[in-house]
Amino acid sequence: MAQERRYIFHIKRFLPEISSEPFWQTYELTLSSWERVLDGLIKIQDYLDSSLGFRKSCAHGICGSCAMKINDINRLACQTLVKDLPEIIKIEPLPKLPVIKDLVVDMTPFFEKHEKILPYLINTENLPERERLQKPEDQERILEAITCILCGCCTTACPTFWINENFLGPSALLKAYRFIFDTRDTAQADRLISVVEQMGIFHCHSALNCLKACPKEINIPQHIIKLKKLAVKKALRRSLKI
Amino acid sequence: MGYTDHTQMEIVKHQYDTVIIGSGLAGLRASLEAVKVGSVVILTKLYPTRSHSTAAQGGIGAALGNEEEDDPEWHFFDTVKGSDFLGDQDAIEFMCYSAIPIVIELEHLGVPFSRTADGKIAQRRFGGHTKYFGKEPVRRACYSADRTGHAVLHALYEQALKNQVKFFEEFQVLDIVIEDGIAQGVIALEIKRGILHLFETKAIIVASGGFGKIFKVTSNAFATTGECLSILFEQGIPLEDMEFFQFHPTGLYGLGILITEGARGEGGILINGRGERFMEKYAPTLKDLAPRDVISRAILTEIKEGRGIKGKEYVYLDLTHLDPKILEKRLPEISSFCKTYLGIDPAKEPIPVVPTAHYAMGGIPTDIKGRVLRDTNGSYVAGLYAAGECACVSVHGANRLGCNSLLDTLVFGKEAGLDVAKNFKNFLRGKIPSYRIEKVKGFIEFLNSNKGAERVAPLRERLQRTLMDKASVFRTKRSLEEALEEINNLRERFRKVELKDKGTVFNQERLQAFELYHMFNLAEALVRSALVREESRGAHYREDFPYRDDQNWLKHTFIFKTPQGVEFKFKPVVITKFQPTERIF
Ligand SMILES: Cc1cc2nc3c(=O)[nH]c(=O)nc-3n(C[C@H](O)[C@H](O)[C@H](O)COP(=O)(O)OP(=O)(O)OC[C@H]3O[C@@H](n4cnc5c(N)ncnc54)[C@H](O)[C@@H]3O)c2cc1C
Ligand code: FES
Repeated sequence: MAQERRYIFHIKRFLPEISSEPFWQTYELTLSSWERVLDGLIKIQDYLDSSLGFRKSCAHGICGSCAMKINDINRLACQTLVKDLPEIIKIEPLPKLPVIKDLVVDMTPFFEKHEKILPYLINTENLPERERLQKPEDQERILEAITCILCGCCTTACPTFWINENFLGPSALLKAYRFIFDTRDTAQADRLISVVEQMGIFHCHSALNCLKACPKEINIPQHIIKLKKLAVKKALRRSLKI
Repeated sequence: MGYTDHTQMEIVKHQYDTVIIGSGLAGLRASLEAVKVGSVVILTKLYPTRSHSTAAQGGIGAALGNEEEDDPEWHFFDTVKGSDFLGDQDAIEFMCYSAIPIVIELEHLGVPFSRTADGKIAQRRFGGHTKYFGKEPVRRACYSADRTGHAVLHALYEQALKNQVKFFEEFQVLDIVIEDGIAQGVIALEIKRGILHLFETKAIIVASGGFGKIFKVTSNAFATTGECLSILFEQGIPLEDMEFFQFHPTGLYGLGILITEGARGEGGILINGRGERFMEKYAPTLKDLAPRDVISRAILTEIKEGRGIKGKEYVYLDLTHLDPKILEKRLPEISSFCKTYLGIDPAKEPIPVVPTAHYAMGGIPTDIKGRVLRDTNGSYVAGLYAAGECACVSVHGANRLGCNSLLDTLVFGKEAGLDVAKNFKNFLRGKIPSYRIEKVKGFIEFLNSNKGAERVAPLRERLQRTLMDKASVFRTKRSLEEALEEINNLRERFRKVELKDKGTVFNQERLQAFELYHMFNLAEALVRSALVREESRGAHYREDFPYRDDQNWLKHTFIFKTPQGVEFKFKPVVITKFQPTERIF
């Protein structure tokens, strides 16, 4: 049975038209045990303070809009049930991205990283009349990678990204993996170069923060390790040929 | 520091050959064609991959025949019958035959479909899709686990980037300018900075999705508010078949989040409080895979007659007898959100479900090329197109079959894009007259400065409740009249709305007020169309007129807004092959 409980939402706010400095604001509200942090934020916006800014769309963890830092962990507000949290819920925008307003960050730097790894299928072969065949086990190799919702939880949790904003970051590397290991893609070499030569795979020090942060439970470090292995293997092969 | 005065603000002008509103499947698919002949910009109030299309789980219908024998002709038949014979058969035939190349093309564009053992696109069963003209269920839904929409949306977005389509994300369209019967351009608000942008253009493709948010319980994303339909409606463009709104049978109880029909396609069954598989009674052949309108009514009837689970207002969707591997491999997403939201493992416990508002069959009337119709006589608005859930071609008639919506977005998104490309040379660049800009500014000014006791959220909540209680699965003249009265009442109260957020940067309250203003129009169009149609067909069920009446009502409803109030016209259904028969499943 649903139980009601009082919560304190302690939110880091930023209203650029009022002050150039962020500030903390506290709201008290009662929520049912089945409600999510997103429901709480909506109640605040709807009934307590309409100036509170945050993004939302699907409300069930598939669109990637509502990533934020909740009690020190990057996660999706729509996938975090309040009953699993203590009475005081601390909410901040995703770290290290410019804040536009309150919990709304500018995702441009995040998406620009994706653009650097040629984020689209490239295939220069003649197209067959029907679908290209792909073995189920080959499709399964990219199955985890294609579940990425581009929410940004992983990259903004990564200590390498914190100290070096040019680092491609786990999300873009995962996207690179998604194409490099897709049997239908023919641009493997170019893409491997892009993830090696830009601040890419070899700048990942396996801090594993992304593993904990991913709301879709994708094992991102494992994917990056596979990329590293492949890059090394190809490099060796090339050096042997020379 | 301090807030900016909107009336004084600079306006940014842009010129693109084609403006597309919406970055869901329909908008993206259209862009790939239009960009072949000229510059294309997509305006979207969300970041592209946040569009509602990403939530689609189950699949795309296409008679590929990869898993068993199938035929586009059967798909055609099923769609006609599913539509309760209100769908236009020329359009349906075109869609079902185009389905095969459109899905193959998606594969070529990089969509990571699930695969059969021999490497082809995998297919599964879905409600209402059959072989041999209704004899038994067929595997027709092409899927990527239960994240089909997500897989397709990402692939199309990636291809649009590759092909130099320009995106302005988090831009909310406030006006679509039609003057002298020609599409001229679009006025949009950049949400981040709160400033206006003008797009004068040769062609406009509206691909803004549905409007499920007018209902309280819905599977639809927050942005699914439908203002673009209303913007056109206010300029005299009709809306077609608005009374037909689909309720999906299996929304998570209390949340409305969808459990895909694919779950029943994989063998899931519905159970009432007595442990009976009640669909056997309502649809002896297709049972749990009957069309959605039939199942939604069946569930609510069970509940009404006291056979909900423990007498409560839900039934069970039971997947516990399925091979756990199927849940893991083919339905991972729904398994995970049952666990997250309800603490239920669907492999071990049944899932509590009720119908949830899901899909608008009606919308902006278009022809097969996506051209927006201005009347029932086939005349259209030059340079204006619509595709996807916002449009009504009509391929879904009175009830859409599962998997036919993604198909519709793709087939007719592509057609709209192709037609723009083909006629491109004849289109002139539009002009937005200054009075239109002043009007938009005036509305923003009203929202900024109006004083009164009303607030956006409570009014919206009231509207959503009204539609849910009085105009959803079961309707009567009385309930609809009450709904209409309440809508008018709420609209009146909206005049006294006051916004508390006075900011320009990412002012969501103002956007929501703007959306609410338009939701009143859509709610009214829906309720009035439902009042007019004195019969029951597909998703439109009138308890006071419980039978289908082909004699009088085998026709499309067109509602027009005129200075004198709303007006109706009707358009005959196109019937080519399949004569209406009784709909038994
Ligand atoms: C949970 C769920 C599951 C589904 N599963 C299936 C399925 O398995 N198979 C199937 O065939 N169908 C399914 N559907 C239906 C299908 O997903 C939708 O009908 C379809 O995705 C609609 O696509 P669209 O391109 O028309 O619009 P959407 O994807 O809704 O996109 C609308 C776009 O318009 C933009 N927009 C709207 N208004 C404005 C404005 N004023 N200014 C700027 N931009 C604006 C939005 O930002 C968005 O980008 C499902 C629906 C739901 C809710
Ligand atoms: S709202 Fe879509 S992921 Fe949270």
